[in-house]
Amino acid sequence: MAEKEMQKREASSPVETERTTARKVFIPRVDICETKDAIVLLADMPGVDEKSIDITLEKSVLTLLGRVEPETYEGYRSAYVEYEAGDYERAFTLSDEIDRDRIEASVKNGVLRLTLPKAEPVKLRKINVKSA
Amino acid sequence: MVWPELGRYGRVWSPWREMERLQQDMNRILSRESTPYSTTFPAVNIWASDQDVIVTAEVPGVDPANLDITVAENVLKLTGARKPEELKPGEVSHRLERVSGEFARTFRLPFAVDSGKVDASCEKGILKVRLPRAEADKPKKIAIKSQK
Repeated sequence: MAEKEMQKREASSPVETERTTARKVFIPRVDICETKDAIVLLADMPGVDEKSIDITLEKSVLTLLGRVEPETYEGYRSAYVEYEAGDYERAFTLSDEIDRDRIEASVKNGVLRLTLPKAEPVKLRKINVKSA
Repeated sequence: MVWPELGRYGRVWSPWREMERLQQDMNRILSRESTPYSTTFPAVNIWASDQDVIVTAEVPGVDPANLDITVAENVLKLTGARKPEELKPGEVSHRLERVSGEFARTFRLPFAVDSGKVDASCEKGILKVRLPRAEADKPKKIAIKSQK
């Protein structure tokens, strides 16, 4: 490995499934913070916009997939390389306290912002007992 | 064991050289341990042709207004800041993998640049700066006169 650690961490194996393209896959860096009524997730995905990102929720697994086309410039040679372009993929397991129907996502300047609202606490149901 | 060392260096084994090598190895290992992620932010790629240079940098979450690009002769300087997410009272951080703070990177380009013709764009968190070579710096072909 080179002296300098690369900026991006490459996924050791693409998340569970195999891919059909030969492009590299990176794990996006993520910040997660919890507010009073939501969990906010920020993911660095430079090169990704709202059209090239897929967010899927299957059962309790939330998968982020961002596709980045490698940059090439006609007539130029690569003089210095610090990063490589590739897709981003990362999966998170959600707890039951997330309201899955109200998840919101936006992307700005290559940063994905996911808001995962917490579900309303289950209301107590009182069962009346009839006298027989 | 002297002979394998001879083969490796192609010269006589020296304890000083061996110590130097050990020191280099230790430095490398320690520097990697202390910074699990690279501290170079942003990561930069440079593409070059004879006429100009394209510099691209991954700057996710950096507001283009907070990004300064300065060019002097053949030196390009990128400075800026990435603001950390401010936590309000009562908010808890669970993961903090993204780097934030100020950054400054300087690059020496292969030729002097016409600073008036530099154009930069920032899209999807990727900065792209195109720096054309200065006219005065371009190589000139010198015709050879034949003497008769």
